[in-house]
Amino acid sequence: MESIDAMNFGAIARKKLNLLALMVMAAFTLSAVPQAVLAQSGEVVQAATAEAEETLVTEAEAAGFDYYGPEMIKGQPTSSEEDLWKSMNFQDQYTETGQYALWMHDAILIPMVFIISIFVLFLLMWVMFRYNKRANTVPSKTSHNTVIEVIWTVIPVLILVVIAVPSISLLADQYETPPEDAITIKANGYQWYWGYEYLDNGGFEVISNMMPESDALDAGLPPQLAVDNRMVVPVGVPIRLQTFGADVIHSFGVPSLWFKIDAVPGRINEKMLIIEEPGIYYGQCMELCGARHGYMPIAIEARPLAEYNAWVQSQPGGMTRAQIEAEEAAAAMPAPAADDTVEVEGVRPPVSSMEDAPIAGEARTQDTSPTT
Amino acid sequence: MATTAEGFDAHHEDHAAHDHADHKPAFFARWFMSTNHKDIGTLYLIFAIIAGIIGGAISGLMRAELGAPGLQVMGDVVNFLGGDGASFDQQGHMWNVLITAHGLIMVFFMVMPAMIGGFGNWFVPLMIGAPDMAFPRMNNVSFWLTVVGFISLLFSLFVPGGTGMGAGVGWTVYAPLSTTGSVGPAVDFAIFSLHLAGAGSILGATNFITTIFNMRAPGMTLHKMPLFVWSVLVTAFLLLLALPVLAAAITMLLTDRNFGTTFFDPAGGGDPVLYQHLFWFFGHPEVYIMILPGFGMISQIVATFSRKPVFGYLGMAYAMVAIGVVGFVVWAHHMYTVGLDVNTKMYFTAATMVIAVPTGIKIFSWIATMWGGSLEFKSPMVWAMGFIFLFTVGGVTGVVLANGGIDDNLHDTYYVVAHFHYVLSMGAVFSMFAGFYYWFPKMSGRWHSEFLSHVHFWLFFIGVNVIFFPMHFLGLQGMARRYPDFTPAFSYWNEIATYGYMIMAGSMIVFFVNIGYALFAGKRAPGNYWGEGATTLEWSLSSPPPFHQFETLPVIEDHHSPDDHISEKPATA
Repeated sequence: MESIDAMNFGAIARKKLNLLALMVMAAFTLSAVPQAVLAQSGEVVQAATAEAEETLVTEAEAAGFDYYGPEMIKGQPTSSEEDLWKSMNFQDQYTETGQYALWMHDAILIPMVFIISIFVLFLLMWVMFRYNKRANTVPSKTSHNTVIEVIWTVIPVLILVVIAVPSISLLADQYETPPEDAITIKANGYQWYWGYEYLDNGGFEVISNMMPESDALDAGLPPQLAVDNRMVVPVGVPIRLQTFGADVIHSFGVPSLWFKIDAVPGRINEKMLIIEEPGIYYGQCMELCGARHGYMPIAIEARPLAEYNAWVQSQPGGMTRAQIEAEEAAAAMPAPAADDTVEVEGVRPPVSSMEDAPIAGEARTQDTSPTT
Repeated sequence: MATTAEGFDAHHEDHAAHDHADHKPAFFARWFMSTNHKDIGTLYLIFAIIAGIIGGAISGLMRAELGAPGLQVMGDVVNFLGGDGASFDQQGHMWNVLITAHGLIMVFFMVMPAMIGGFGNWFVPLMIGAPDMAFPRMNNVSFWLTVVGFISLLFSLFVPGGTGMGAGVGWTVYAPLSTTGSVGPAVDFAIFSLHLAGAGSILGATNFITTIFNMRAPGMTLHKMPLFVWSVLVTAFLLLLALPVLAAAITMLLTDRNFGTTFFDPAGGGDPVLYQHLFWFFGHPEVYIMILPGFGMISQIVATFSRKPVFGYLGMAYAMVAIGVVGFVVWAHHMYTVGLDVNTKMYFTAATMVIAVPTGIKIFSWIATMWGGSLEFKSPMVWAMGFIFLFTVGGVTGVVLANGGIDDNLHDTYYVVAHFHYVLSMGAVFSMFAGFYYWFPKMSGRWHSEFLSHVHFWLFFIGVNVIFFPMHFLGLQGMARRYPDFTPAFSYWNEIATYGYMIMAGSMIVFFVNIGYALFAGKRAPGNYWGEGATTLEWSLSSPPPFHQFETLPVIEDHHSPDDHISEKPATA
């Protein structure tokens, strides 16, 4: 037989070594460039932030409601120069199910991923070292071993069972039904913006468009995530978040809340959301919806319930739960009769978990930190 | 495996003596009206390489766009394709067109033609000792349908598709974006392209099934077939069962678009999610269609260069059958966020994880094949070993994504992009390069440069990892798929990925130089150039094999088990 290309692996590897070293160096040098660029731009952004905060505050005050500034941003991606490790992981989680899911990912799935990958890599390295042509000139003829085949079938099954148990319970948690008195907010996906309908607060709809990049930078907010009108929600109380697609399918995804649900035309999807801390949480449309799919971000502003109620009242047609109930009670009241006392049977008692709505002026003075 | 060239040696005759076996038709008749499985295989491979260059160039445009925040490249692309002063919407639309074209080209016009059309056509008849495919002319129809489908897809780039030219609906073509959301003929052309490519694949699948069931050489029972043939057999069944569902779904899209039906329009009682169920009932088997022939090739290659028979042959064959079967009942894990019922989601979580078991059996069996072997690190073997490791990485991230609760945060993020490129751009493509270097001298009769092949491997290996590994980080941080633009916090890893593309693109130049070198200056390759480890029937033939081979059928001798009788009669020539 004609001898084929005589170079063996070792010889080639030695020849390649110089090339490889060069490439690794090149890769490191190249990766340093964007870091330097980003470091500069980061400084600019910070400078802009300080300047912009004042203007934002004055505008918001004029509107009668004090929106959170950039210092309250909790859910947003971390850039690598700010914190390299965080830029490689999940965002911090601000819901209970999110924290459970994050724990499951970090404590069960990531070890599984690394152990299996490194185990396979080790086995490959070992056979390369131990069973190469020079180390083992005569190949064995073994082609069956029932015991080992059973082992490598059963052990993966056991690993999967270990994963499946928390996975199924996570799913059960995520599908918990919202209580009857949960606040219903409906997120409508449009090409290409979001509209938030406050169904339990008078049914007004807040239209939320992406803030132009220059405005966002002026305000110290992350470009392409900042919006003109945020979705204001109460903190610490259950929200029945519904999604609906007005034209094509959109998807309401907020990474820091471990929350994603599609907004599909013709159906209403629903999922419970309980945000644990006040703050701003950014998300984006997560289902391809046309030309500006990348430009319809979500910004949730989670406020203590009293502040939420104040915000609701500042909206056209916005009413708090208590106001609506009072109105219903008034409507259900029969026409004044001759009797002095009127007993009304049809009026529902106030829903227990909802505090009475403060009037707008009082909102900021009250201590209304979440109790749940 | 008992299938050995030795068993055949005693019976085969010297083909060089048969001049009529090498009588080839003239150029046009040979290449445009071909009925020869090897010529059609060559056509498929050339076609796949051309489609791969186009699809790869598109991913270059995408990586260039994503190298930094903002829109920098899309305007130029719109203008290059005949636009004039691209508007913001046209730029965003062009991005969607590119991701759509990249996905469709790579799936339907690169991986599938190369794996099944190219290597399948070339080596299934050779490996089972058949003179050709069962239906040679239908084989030709399959190929040309694929070509016309590709032309239809490229044509869609130049006709209106809503907010700009071309179909910007993603490779999944979800309704209603693809129906009411995209006005103009572009999406119709894209759908028609899938019809043609799908029809070609269905014809090809019937051809492979018939060939493998009826035309095996005397003595080659199903349980003695080389694993590559097994993989193509399973793949052909997946194609035959899955593609008609896609054809139905996209036909419903066409009638929704053009003839007033409302299959997927809630205004008329339809449901957009129905389309997703139909699409993914096809789409999930499709991902196994893309990887199973790769599994088969890796098995052949690992055995050859370990100079050992494949470890656990039956386990390997039936693991592929199991993957094929289970692959049909896990489709909704692509739809975890559409609003599935909790029990449905639990079922699909559990069923999806089950696939890890037969896949694990394959990974460990490949390593066990190498264990105790006498390994030679020729170019196909290094690609195969790269495949085993990177496919494992893609596989474990698949287990992460299988969890419906975890997927809530990862669905439609770059984590998913990273995962499926690890199993396709590194799994399927690595196995294709492994197969290419394994069989290229067999197909062309000339040696490629082993040195350049190794350089290609290392550059490609580094390049694709630099592209796709950072995408895991971006996905965990929440960067959505199919975005032309991003908030500056995502800049760093995106920029790294773009540098990775450049390394990968450089490696492809090495690949093409290597092919050019082999075709014009390569040494002549003997019949069995890999030596004693290469035991399947194609190695008993010359390189390249005669135009018509096995005019006298080889007989496979039974070395091991006297219980294995010849179960089926060979086809008469």
